[in-house]
Amino acid sequence: MSTYFSEIFQGLWSLIIGMSITFREFFSPVVTVPYPFKTIKMSSRYRGHIELIENEDGTPKCVACGMCQRGCPSGCISLASKSVPYEVEVKGEIKKKKKKVLTKYDLNFTTCSLCGQCVESCNFGALEFSREYNLASTRKEDFHFDLLQRLKERNQ
Amino acid sequence: MSLTLFNVIAAVIIAIAFAALNAAYLVLAERRGAGRIQRRPGPNVNGPFGILQPPADGLKLMAKQLVIPGGADKALFMVAPVLAMVPAIMSFVTIPFSELIIARSMNIGVLMIFAFASLGALAILIGGWGSRNKYGVMAAVRAVSQNISYEVPMLITVITIVMISGTMDLKELVHDQAGGFWQWNIWPFHKGLYNILMPVSFLIFFICSLAETNRAPFDLGEAESELVAGFHMEYGSMGFGLFFMGEYANIVIGACLTTILFLGGWGCPFGLFPGVWWFLLKIYLLIFTFIWIRWTFPRTTIYGLLNLSWKILVPISLFNLLLTAGLLKVF
Repeated sequence: MSTYFSEIFQGLWSLIIGMSITFREFFSPVVTVPYPFKTIKMSSRYRGHIELIENEDGTPKCVACGMCQRGCPSGCISLASKSVPYEVEVKGEIKKKKKKVLTKYDLNFTTCSLCGQCVESCNFGALEFSREYNLASTRKEDFHFDLLQRLKERNQ
Repeated sequence: MSLTLFNVIAAVIIAIAFAALNAAYLVLAERRGAGRIQRRPGPNVNGPFGILQPPADGLKLMAKQLVIPGGADKALFMVAPVLAMVPAIMSFVTIPFSELIIARSMNIGVLMIFAFASLGALAILIGGWGSRNKYGVMAAVRAVSQNISYEVPMLITVITIVMISGTMDLKELVHDQAGGFWQWNIWPFHKGLYNILMPVSFLIFFICSLAETNRAPFDLGEAESELVAGFHMEYGSMGFGLFFMGEYANIVIGACLTTILFLGGWGCPFGLFPGVWWFLLKIYLLIFTFIWIRWTFPRTTIYGLLNLSWKILVPISLFNLLLTAGLLKVF
């Protein structure tokens, strides 16, 4: 008999505690954002698709070594480069040298798994994750990003 | 007030309008309340504070086609939603909102409301049975067993109140509790009876009205997790709309009855300015509690539900009935 009543009272008490919790929540501020009208800033650890990092003069930091392409498990990065001759003065005499310049950096985002191996393998700190998440399209061509083009657009 | 045709039509129109408006805007209140409790704003796009959401929902429901499933019993299928709505509106006829705002005062008002309230279970049974759907039938069976088992403690509690007041007239019941909140039936001080179980019987009545209106946590008739949508699963368009409106109208009636039986009706807690505003304040506070409870507790199991009724509510309400009878005899 005593367990019967104690069960009732304990049950009732737990119900009252639950209701007090939801009552408090009722008057606390809203935590959601009306998405299409307002967006929240993504945290710095957010992993979007990759993006090239630029030098001070606006050219990409990338030296076209191809480590990211090799490190990508999904094979979604393809880059191309050309040799550009340039002259440099070493100990008073002018020497002719060549260096690689990036001409194409394509990211096929449809197969990218966002593992981050490309960013990890870059020895020159030339790649970063973007904080872009408004990615939706009905055509898969929209997910083939030309990162050089994006960098140019960003600088404008 | 003479009973002319004009009076009757006006009363019916006002009752339907009150029930329908309440149903429509309680859906909005429910969704806003759910949003606030889950810390999101709820529907707020259509109009200021989302007040154009219910008309938009209504238009959408009316614009849809009413599909009758193959093999369903057409007559029963069509009659069930109407049967869910009509008793709810009928009950408004005898509910006194204040001294003067009452369509038809009856000396057996309590009896009439409970007679119509038990028709609600029939509507659910017919709806589930007529739509030829196994989930519908299961939900109907559940809802009926639930309704029957919760009507017992509810009616015993009402008998207790009727014994104290000595009347079944809802208006007289309110008059009996006039003169301040300590005179209400919810407190033990009423009429010098000192029945300390009166708050408990208020709680029992409130729990039963939750269960009678098929509200969470007792909404086993429409348990989405196992019965898809329950008895109104095959209903689209305004068939569904009527079931929905009937449910919310029943909630309003439950709140009205709780107010009249336990909270002093249109009487002010301090004996000042009695009027319809106190009645509306009380019923909307109760309805807020309904919404609050729905979004706090998870759904019970059918065993838990029936155990609660037969093992806890019925014995306690019976004991309260006996205690009240004894006290009435002594004092």
